[in-house]
Amino acid sequence: MENTNKRYWKGVEELKNDIEFVKNANREFNLDDIDTVEPTHRRDFLKVLGFGLAAVSLAACDAPVRKAIPYLNKPEDVEPGIANWYASTYAEGGDYSSILVKTREGRPIKIEGNKMSSLTKGGVSARVHASVLSLYDNEKLKEPQKGGSKISWADLDKEVVAGLSKGGNIRIVSNTILSPTFKKVIADFITKYPTAKHITYDANSVSGLIQANSESFGQAVVPSYDFGKAKVMVGINADFLGTWIAPDVFAAQWAETRRLSSSKSGGKNEMSRHFQFETGMTITGASSDYRSMIKPSQEGAVVVALYNKVAAALGGTPISGPAIEIQNLDKCAKELAAAKGAALVVSGSNNPAIQTVVNALNSLLGSYGTTIDLGNPVNFRQGNDADMNAFINEVKGGQVSSVIFLSNPVYDHIRGAELGEALGRVATSVSFAANADETAAKCKYIAPAPHYLESWGDAEPKKGFYSLMQPTISLIYNTRQAESSLLIWAGGSGDYQAYLKSSWKSILNGGKSWVQALHDGVYEPGASVVASGASFAGNLANAATAIASIKGSGIELSAFENISIGTGTQANNPWLQEMPDPISKVTWENTIAISQKTATEVGIDQGDWAKLTVGGKTIELPVLIQPGQAHNTVSVAIGYGRTAAGKAGNVGANVLPLVSNGQYWASDVKLEKTKSGYTLAQTQTHNTVMGREAVIQESVLSEYVKNVKAGRFEPKLQTSEGFKKPGQITLWNGHEKKNHSWGMVIDLNLCHGCGSCLVSCQAENNIPVVGKAEVARAREMHWIRLDRYYSSDAPHEEGYSPAGFRAMEIASENPDVVFQPMMCQHCSNAPCETVCPVLATTHSSEGLNQMTYNRCIGTRYCANNCPYKVRRFNWFKYFENDNFDYNMNNDLGRMVLNPDVTVRSRGVIEKCSMCVQRIQLGKLEAKKQKRRPVDGEIQTACSQSCPTNAIVFGDMLDPESQISKTLAVEKEGRAFHVLEEINVQPQMTYLTKIRNKEGAPKTETKPSEHASGAHS
Amino acid sequence: MHVVSPIREKLVLNGKSYHDITEDISRHVEAKPTKEWKVAFGISVLVLLYGTAWVCWTWWEGLGVWGLNKTVGWAWDITNFVWWVGIGHAGTLISAVLLLFRQKWRTSINRAAEAMTIFAVICAASFIVMHMGRPWLAYFALPLPNTFGSLWVNFNSPLVWDVFAISTYFSVSCLFWYIGMIPDLATIRDRATGMRKKVYGALAIGWTGGAKSWARYEDISLILAGLSTPLVLSVHTIVSFDFATSVIPGWHTTIFPPYFVAGAIFSGFAMVQNLMLVTRVVYKLEDYVTLDHISLMNKIITLTGSVVGIAYITEFFIAAYSGVEYEKYAFINRATGPLWWSYAAMMTCNVLSPQLFWFESIRRNIVVSFVMAVVVNIGMWFERFVIIVTSLHRDYLPSSWTYFTPRLGDISDYIFSFGFFFTAFFLFSKFLPVINMAEVKSVLKSSSEKYPEKIKKKA
Repeated sequence: MENTNKRYWKGVEELKNDIEFVKNANREFNLDDIDTVEPTHRRDFLKVLGFGLAAVSLAACDAPVRKAIPYLNKPEDVEPGIANWYASTYAEGGDYSSILVKTREGRPIKIEGNKMSSLTKGGVSARVHASVLSLYDNEKLKEPQKGGSKISWADLDKEVVAGLSKGGNIRIVSNTILSPTFKKVIADFITKYPTAKHITYDANSVSGLIQANSESFGQAVVPSYDFGKAKVMVGINADFLGTWIAPDVFAAQWAETRRLSSSKSGGKNEMSRHFQFETGMTITGASSDYRSMIKPSQEGAVVVALYNKVAAALGGTPISGPAIEIQNLDKCAKELAAAKGAALVVSGSNNPAIQTVVNALNSLLGSYGTTIDLGNPVNFRQGNDADMNAFINEVKGGQVSSVIFLSNPVYDHIRGAELGEALGRVATSVSFAANADETAAKCKYIAPAPHYLESWGDAEPKKGFYSLMQPTISLIYNTRQAESSLLIWAGGSGDYQAYLKSSWKSILNGGKSWVQALHDGVYEPGASVVASGASFAGNLANAATAIASIKGSGIELSAFENISIGTGTQANNPWLQEMPDPISKVTWENTIAISQKTATEVGIDQGDWAKLTVGGKTIELPVLIQPGQAHNTVSVAIGYGRTAAGKAGNVGANVLPLVSNGQYWASDVKLEKTKSGYTLAQTQTHNTVMGREAVIQESVLSEYVKNVKAGRFEPKLQTSEGFKKPGQITLWNGHEKKNHSWGMVIDLNLCHGCGSCLVSCQAENNIPVVGKAEVARAREMHWIRLDRYYSSDAPHEEGYSPAGFRAMEIASENPDVVFQPMMCQHCSNAPCETVCPVLATTHSSEGLNQMTYNRCIGTRYCANNCPYKVRRFNWFKYFENDNFDYNMNNDLGRMVLNPDVTVRSRGVIEKCSMCVQRIQLGKLEAKKQKRRPVDGEIQTACSQSCPTNAIVFGDMLDPESQISKTLAVEKEGRAFHVLEEINVQPQMTYLTKIRNKEGAPKTETKPSEHASGAHS
Repeated sequence: MHVVSPIREKLVLNGKSYHDITEDISRHVEAKPTKEWKVAFGISVLVLLYGTAWVCWTWWEGLGVWGLNKTVGWAWDITNFVWWVGIGHAGTLISAVLLLFRQKWRTSINRAAEAMTIFAVICAASFIVMHMGRPWLAYFALPLPNTFGSLWVNFNSPLVWDVFAISTYFSVSCLFWYIGMIPDLATIRDRATGMRKKVYGALAIGWTGGAKSWARYEDISLILAGLSTPLVLSVHTIVSFDFATSVIPGWHTTIFPPYFVAGAIFSGFAMVQNLMLVTRVVYKLEDYVTLDHISLMNKIITLTGSVVGIAYITEFFIAAYSGVEYEKYAFINRATGPLWWSYAAMMTCNVLSPQLFWFESIRRNIVVSFVMAVVVNIGMWFERFVIIVTSLHRDYLPSSWTYFTPRLGDISDYIFSFGFFFTAFFLFSKFLPVINMAEVKSVLKSSSEKYPEKIKKKA
């Protein structure tokens, strides 16, 4: 039968029966050497099998792989792996920052400053950085509540409106509201309910300042200050670099007056002079040139004395006041008078009389119109103490039928306890709190408002300076903005976004489009307004009389606001709780800060707990010996002692009820030791630098003017060929850096210790929180720390006397302070790299010392051999571990993690990577555009967040970069490497600290030659 | 002048015959365990169980159960490691170096000393693994071929040198110990029956006792002794490099290698002394481990104790002479800082107390010798603690200075090593001959044998 199947050829070769082809016809791959491959023998098979088994069993020891699931329907604007940035606004009470929010796959994960804001200029404080974590607090309310049980929004609205409609007095209680549109909403609400009244108060009130301005100038405002124009500045219990009114703005201005340059052509060797009179040690006092210790009761007397001395010099009318002897007072007055027109005196007092004298003093000094601008006031801290007092009295008298809380006065007002007890008398009470805080828990209804990163809003921090807030994530829980709730209760639609947009029509007034404003985040029609002067018209005599009546006795208590916790609104934020106080380095609680002398007199010491009693009210706290604390005073931070903040926040004790006069201080404090043997969770326990000039190098301005290398310590090593620099004798081969050489320059003169870099780094690099017990064991994980050193009165021990060294460990009563940000120095001759047995830490070709977490077996040899002690070990598994029940232990909290940075497993070492993920991103972006990275385009988390630009990051091989220019100038000036003599060649350079002080620096410079001793 | 050589004392007393030796030593291997042994072994096993539970907990939970912190990254872990390795050195010294120097008195203690070496090295190795953050990846420290490309270990790292040093030391010590035991195992085999005969027979790997076997046995002993002798010096030298090559003041010291070796021999002899004093009483081996032995050991303890004492003083001198402020401070802090008590303990135990052995009556006092050996090992533990912790806790930047407080984890994991050591040693002493029968027999008759007793007494 004929074969009907067609025949196909693989090619012409087959058709032609080519010999080569026939030979290879059955071989799929035509490889020449295929015949030479031996067939698999039994032994080979066993070898492979054995290896396979071994490999599989070893591989099985590792952690399981978790899969990331891609979007099913990808949102239009979201590219996985690429961050989206949104401009927004942080406004928590009177605290304000114009910010950019980094979102990844729809999650806000990082906050940076918005440089378009001419007000905050990209400055972001530690609290603002940490606020992104508060968004993911899983203890927040998940829906509205009535009496502790769930209620629907519709029912809540119905019941609240019914309550409001019954008539009677309605009160809306809030902290300072910066939002003009929110104020409009409240106005609408008051129109609907005419019996309603808005009460504003602040836990950190400057009510006295506003009242004084009203009396002195007829303007009840907080003026804007310009420290940048001041040649002589004086702070009297005003922590203006840390917590007073607008610290980030002030710090940036202050820093510009402290910046120096050793350039031979056009260097800058002028600095402002900063006097500080304060009770407890603050970062402002620590950064000042002359710091004097005063009791809180002496504030008025100091101000009056200063006024009288300046008046004597400048021809003003003297006023009567108590005589007072305070260090530096005469000098301060003399220099203020000399700097007339470029002087600024600020007081943190909440007493209108004291502020009136300050106003008169500033007026005498010609500060109005130069360093103080009353015409363009700021809207921070508009709280009115009198209003709030009246409101509490009303509630106690049963005269209020409905109250709506936007804040937490039961906790953060001095009369909070009274208010809390009386709240039961209010028929309808509503709180907008995000969690059942102290006030909300006592309210009938809680209408939880979302976090600001989920909200629409705006702010007007200063007259003519606007900014917008936009949601960066859709609502996490069933919450509703307070503005919407008020609009609905006032009979409106509740669409606050639309309301905001229409309200902004009048604000923008054609100046900018809505979309543009939303994109920029800021709109500043008031930016070009010049400062206006004012003439003082207050009653000085009355003020003097009032001041004369201030009497303090016994040990005085000062309640102050600290940097991390502030007024306690974000107390449940573990990043902030674990952020060490810049001065005391205490975490997780507040303390009774007391000078050693007073402590000895009272019979308490560090390690004890003490009962602190004022007027029958008592709190119990651990004792902290604080150098620089005025004698016979104690300082206690507010913001602690929350009882309903949450797992992380209910720590410490609330001092506010003890300072019931509204002046944040009290006299006749009784201290009683209750227990001892307690270890404070401090991240630094040794206070002095032990005269080590290779660590801290400092001088005074008068020396610096003569010699830009003043204070520099240049070690020389004796060799057979004479003295040599440590870098000249070396066994190291060095590392070639062909392309980039990343590094940082840190100016010790500008670092004021605010700690913004620390929290920014924590957010960027997924640094775990370890809790109080572990911090007390010295196991905190922060990659950057702010070393704080106090000066000591003891002479530099040159000999071999143990007593001499022990004396150097004791800080002065009122020490000079220096802050030194310390992170991995990325040594070119890195001691850590040579000792790692498994090459888990190696050097990159760009000067980075890098960690390979997967390779690390955790011998900790690198950490031991690190001269800077910047390496951190994962003692435990810090995520998904109930012993560390912070954000990394719940799904919501883990949403804040940066997907570009590995979460480290237990048992590995970690440390500052110089934000290598950002460097890579920047390089890739530049590469995509076929160019080299531009200076400033890549920023590390710390350098980006530094409000004073004390940290400059960049490529030292790029001659045009700021860091290269600075180094070129300062190489023969202030630039030094810490521990230069051990020749590790860090990529980090520090610039000497120069104080604008007279006389020689506190430590004598000794001959810098060393006989030997470099480990090179 | 007529010079008379000193008369050599008998190494085995009370006129033991060859057969007596076999009986005395084999008896313990063959008899049922004694009550004392059972009690002692039971306690060791309990301690081992407690320790094992804690070691498991350490592995499960993380090194946070120890008292270490950001500044003090090593404390008890590496202290214990160095301490155990040091103890191990005596075994090798006794069996190798003393063999080369033909010190015949060593024969009755070398077996136990070598066993001690092996168990001590295992204890030391357990701390190497234990101190790792991720001990399950310990094999990363071995230069294994891998699929990660050119990923290799860091040959610059002293920790890698440690890996080589310890593993070499362990394998050579095991070999030495085992080969030295073969004739004795054969003796036991020949006396045993049944299952025991098979087991000891297998362990004796066909030892015939022929002249050729003995000749080879002597040769291999010499060769292994020659191989081990450099190890006595090199292992602890390399361990000292962990510190000496670093940049930490108090660690970065060129004196460390000889100082560590002397210290190792010092502590090792003390440990051997402890073990032998117990064994000779429990097993009634007073005729084999004599007062002369004890006295000789005490002399070496005094010598090495003085050597480390000089090293301690030299360190201080160099610190002062260097002019380096960190170095200077490290040593002043060591002696007078917050951890002064550990320095005081080290100085008292190591330098002062062995000087008592200058008196013969003390040197030959069994109770004092035992107590002193314990004191020396406490002192040597503190020496390592002083070097590691007092140097680390206050190094360059005062901001990072901390203190070290041990926690239950540190203590219990240390106890684990004792549990293991004594359990292993008791098993050894029950199932293997604690004294080298064959070699003791070879020193039974000495050249001074024929002298009348009264002359010997004079000498």
